[in-house]
Order: sequence, then C-alpha cells, then structure tokens
Amino acid sequence: MYVAVKGGETAIAHSLDLIADRRRGDRGLAELSLEQIDQQLGLAVDRVMTEGSCYDRRLAALAIKQARGDLIEAIFLLRAYRTTLPRFGDSEPLETARMVAERRISAAFKDVPGGQVLGPTYDYTHRLLDFSLAVAADRPAAPTAPADTAHGLPHVGDILAREGLLEPSPATSGEKPADLTRQPLGFPADRPLRLQNLARGDEGFLLALGYSTQRGYGNNHPFVGEIRYGHVPVAFVPEELGFAIEIAEIDVTECDMVNQFAGSHDVPPQFTRGYGLAFGHAERKAIAMALVDRALRARELAESADSPAQDEEFVLAHSDNVEASGFVQHLKLPHYVDFQSELVVVRALRAAVEARKQQAAEERASLSQAAE
Amino acid sequence: MPDTNMTEGAYNYAYLDEQTKRMIRRAILKAVAVPGYQVPFGGREMPLPYGWGTGGIQVTAAIIGRDDTLKVIDQGADDTTNAVSIRRFFAHVADVATTTRTEEATIIQTRHRVPETPLEDGQILVFQVPIPEPLRMLEPRETETRTLHALSEYGVMQVSLYESIARHGRISKSYNYPVQVNGRYIMSPSPIPKFDNPKLDRSPALQLYGAGREKRIYAVPPYTPVKSLDFDDHPFEVERWTECCAFCGSTESFLDEMIIDDAGKRLFVCSDTDYCEGRR
Repeated sequence: MYVAVKGGETAIAHSLDLIADRRRGDRGLAELSLEQIDQQLGLAVDRVMTEGSCYDRRLAALAIKQARGDLIEAIFLLRAYRTTLPRFGDSEPLETARMVAERRISAAFKDVPGGQVLGPTYDYTHRLLDFSLAVAADRPAAPTAPADTAHGLPHVGDILAREGLLEPSPATSGEKPADLTRQPLGFPADRPLRLQNLARGDEGFLLALGYSTQRGYGNNHPFVGEIRYGHVPVAFVPEELGFAIEIAEIDVTECDMVNQFAGSHDVPPQFTRGYGLAFGHAERKAIAMALVDRALRARELAESADSPAQDEEFVLAHSDNVEASGFVQHLKLPHYVDFQSELVVVRALRAAVEARKQQAAEERASLSQAAE
Repeated sequence: MPDTNMTEGAYNYAYLDEQTKRMIRRAILKAVAVPGYQVPFGGREMPLPYGWGTGGIQVTAAIIGRDDTLKVIDQGADDTTNAVSIRRFFAHVADVATTTRTEEATIIQTRHRVPETPLEDGQILVFQVPIPEPLRMLEPRETETRTLHALSEYGVMQVSLYESIARHGRISKSYNYPVQVNGRYIMSPSPIPKFDNPKLDRSPALQLYGAGREKRIYAVPPYTPVKSLDFDDHPFEVERWTECCAFCGSTESFLDEMIIDDAGKRLFVCSDTDYCEGRR
C-alpha cells in the first residue's frame, strides 16, 4: 500500500534479519566471543552492569555483543532480563573497608593509612594513539606486588569524622530501603532511593550535572576524600542458616567526596559527604554520582536549592537512560492521527486569520470609498 | 520485538510473573474504584522500549487469559508495525486468539485512537499512555500536581484553555484534550484526537490506562461520565472534514490525510482500518 509504516509482519521479520546480518559484519573475520568482550572491553562491561543494575559479566558481554556495542541498548537488554529474575533477598551491606584495592587514592591528603595506590589508571597516560595496538602481538604481563589482604583499608572519611571535621554518615531511617526496581519512584525521595537512582543513572547525564555544580550551578566545593577500586566480598544471610555466608566477590569503584559546609551559629563548620558507587572500574561515574548526591542534599543541609543538580525531581526523573532513550526515540513511531488533528486545527486557525484580514481590507476599502 | 527466539517455558504466562501481575491488578482495582485518579505502580522493564506502549502491555498482561480475544491498534490501524509487534508478542507469550474485528475482541489495546465501532458491555479498552499527568505541561513537578489533584485545584487548566481562546479565538488543543471524570479528577485521555473524546463518555466498556515509564495506572469504569473541558460560550467541538473516506465513503469517521504525488495532491481515508474494511 501507500504508507511505509503499514505492512507490518514481513517488514519486521526482514528488519530482524538485517540487524542480525549487520551485527555479524564481514564473515571473513572471526566472530567476537563473550570472553573477548569481557576481557578486552572490560570497562564497557562495567558500565553495562552498573546502569543495568545486574552484576554478571557474561550477560553484560552478551548484551554488548547483541547491541553491537551500543551501550545504552545493552543496558536495556540487561535490565529487561534482570526484571524477570526472582528475588531471593538482600545481601548484607558491602563492607568496602574490607576491599582488596587495586587502586586507592586520596586527593585530600598527601598520604593516608593504607597508602596511596595508583593502580591501573588512564590519568597519567598521554593521549597519543598507540599504533602498536593496531596489530595483535604478545603483550607482557605487568609486574604487580602481592595484594595486602591481611589488613583492612580504613576510609579516609572515617578518620576525619573521628575528629568531628566531617559529618558522620547521614543517618538512615533504619527501615529497609525501598527497591526502585519494584516500587515507583516517589517524591520527596529519601537518600537510599536517590542513591539507587543515581547508581542506575546515565553516566553522561550525571557527568554533565556534576560538572554544572563545579561551574557554579550549585557549587559545593568538593574534594575527592578517597576513591578506591577493588574486590569486595558479598555476604548473604540465608533464612535457613541464620548467619552470613560469602556468596560472591565483586569489583566496585567507590568515591567518598568531602565537601565544604559553612556551618551556622549553632553548628560548627564541618565537611559534608557525597557518595558514589559503581560496579567494576568506573571512576568518572562514581565521582559524578558523588557530586550529584551531595548537590541533592541541599535542602537537608538548609542550602538554597535553585540549580538543576540540586533539583530532586528534575535529576531523578531524567537520569534513567533506558526511560529517556525509549521516550525520545518513540517519536519515530507513527503519530499521524495526532498530526492530522493538528493539521485540522492549524488550517482552521489560518483560515480565521485570512478571513479577518480580508474583512479588514474590505472595511478599509469601503471607508475610503465613503471618504471620497 | 527482541524475543522471536524466546524459549518455551522460560517465561511465565503473559510474560510477567504472578506477583507482578497481582501488584498490577491491585493498582487496576484501585484505579477503577477512584475513576481518573492516577495510581502509582511498580512498573517493570518490558522487552519493548519505553514509549512503545509498555504501560498498556503491562496492563494487558495482567488481565489477559487464554479465553480472551485480543485486538491491538496503533493510529486506529491493526497493521501498523507497532500494533503488529505487540499483537505478536501476546500471541506468543499468552497463547491468545487475536482479531482485527472490534466487535470480536474482549481486550483492545490501543495507541492514539478509540475504535469507531461502538464498544459493548464486557469489552476492555487498554490505552497506552506516554504522559499520564494532564497538568504536566503546566506544572512539571509531580509533588505540585499531586497536590493540585488532591485539592481539585484545576484553575491552571481552565486558564490555559482560556489563554488559547484569547490567543487563537478558540481552544486550539487538538489531541490529548483534557477531560474531567465523574465530576472529580481531570484526566489525560492519552494522545487520542479530541474527535474520540465523546466516545469515552458513559462508554459501556471498561477503560484502563497504563503509563509504563511514568509508572501510573488509571481507569474509567463503564458508564462513567467523562466531560471534555470547555466554556459555556466556547463549547467543546470535534474535528470535521469536508472530504469523505476515499475507500468506504464514510463522513463520520476520523480521516487520515495522505500526500499521494509530488504536487501535494491529497487523499483522505479512515484511520480505523477495521471500520473502513467493514463498510466496503
């Protein structure tokens, strides 16, 4: 028939065949394995796990392969799978002080207990294209010191807090936090809910919002008290056992932001906290999240809240890239009924304007005739 | 339609697990009890994108059974790609009979239209809703709009309609035209053309509205008064065409306009494909 969007079933089937074909690309080249994606595109896997809210490297790698590297599409695939999984219960809170850190730095102190560990970072690479990577070659393993698993790694923030210089971790209500993936987001949202939302939030969106606070839209004078990346155990209490057992070890990046706070007549000046946590190695995300978390605490800390990053409804309602991507792209769906309604109205409005013009012209003509 | 290779038995009947269905049914019951009130619900990620009808799909999934006959339309048509895709989804995961005939369907899921054929007792019309809050474009904050609804404080909507008259000489809103349900809540009828608004009033069918991304469900029970907002001196009116349908000659139905040559020659046909075919 006449309209391209009509004709449904066969067109959809062919479209599916086409994306499968484009996904495979040149058949003369070896097909990507999930192991290759996991190992060699590990940071993409980390991002998909974080925003997909599902720690499973293999599934995330599969999603990336299926989405042909479109990470937001991959996040959507992983989320849509995650939502079908049964819930056994909640793990115990992660004890990040027990982290076996691959990297841990504080920007607030020259040295800290446990030391500064640079670890793998792009921070001091020179961004020169490395043409030697263009061809496969044997790459030597990096020398590493044995990890110190005997000692915990105290949080820099807790050391400051002992002196009273940093606020204690904001109190929670003690109630079990709501689960954003089971209950709708309500406003005002408490901090556990906000942090869940930010953890799932789009890295680019949080990056821009965090950046905006640094440029004066709700500045809160941030210092990276500490950022750490490494392995932490996950503990779970099965009902039939009644005590915690370790069920997994996962990689996380954690950022403790230390922010200035003026204090008041009654409260002595004290630094305040912003917090970021992401699966895998994701420092940009963790830092941006911590900045936005702190910005969203404006009202709680009796600050004026007139910048976008401090606006809870604005931030939380628009941070989710699966929602945003869907609604923005649904504009591709047919809207011709609504457009037809608009056409009818706009034509009627235009006709009314034309009619008024003509009437005015006739009146002018008859007036000038009368004047003659 | 990412699940053509969905493994048999890997998913529950009608895709959603039974706990989720129960949660959605509770929200639907509350919505029916308080017509026009937006009930928050724990919307799930669906295998179709937000904006493609995830709210309507979740509502349908929660109410559908093997005895149902499902019709899915988009822009009034059964054969648009998204309608085909959603119909296929349910035929696959709910093992349900599908139809294009309005009178045969027990559940009709729709985007942007209400069928021309009058609905009957026992039928359920499921709307896909992008923005459930009728006041959203006037007040972006959810905390504010919920308060406005609670207090029936709808002056802002009347003012916006008045401003439209002051600017254009008439109410220029053409689709998603706000309605008041049972004399209480102002409700978004979803982006149906205002042409369809009168069909909502005292309809024998149950109307369920699902907004997936915004996680809201609302409803209009059968035979409930639904009034399109207007003023005494500017009464509500619907679109009219000077043309008739090029296929069936209808002068009563909503017409889509098509441009059929480079010179911009136009042709008008019924947007409701089932209604149109039934008349030919």
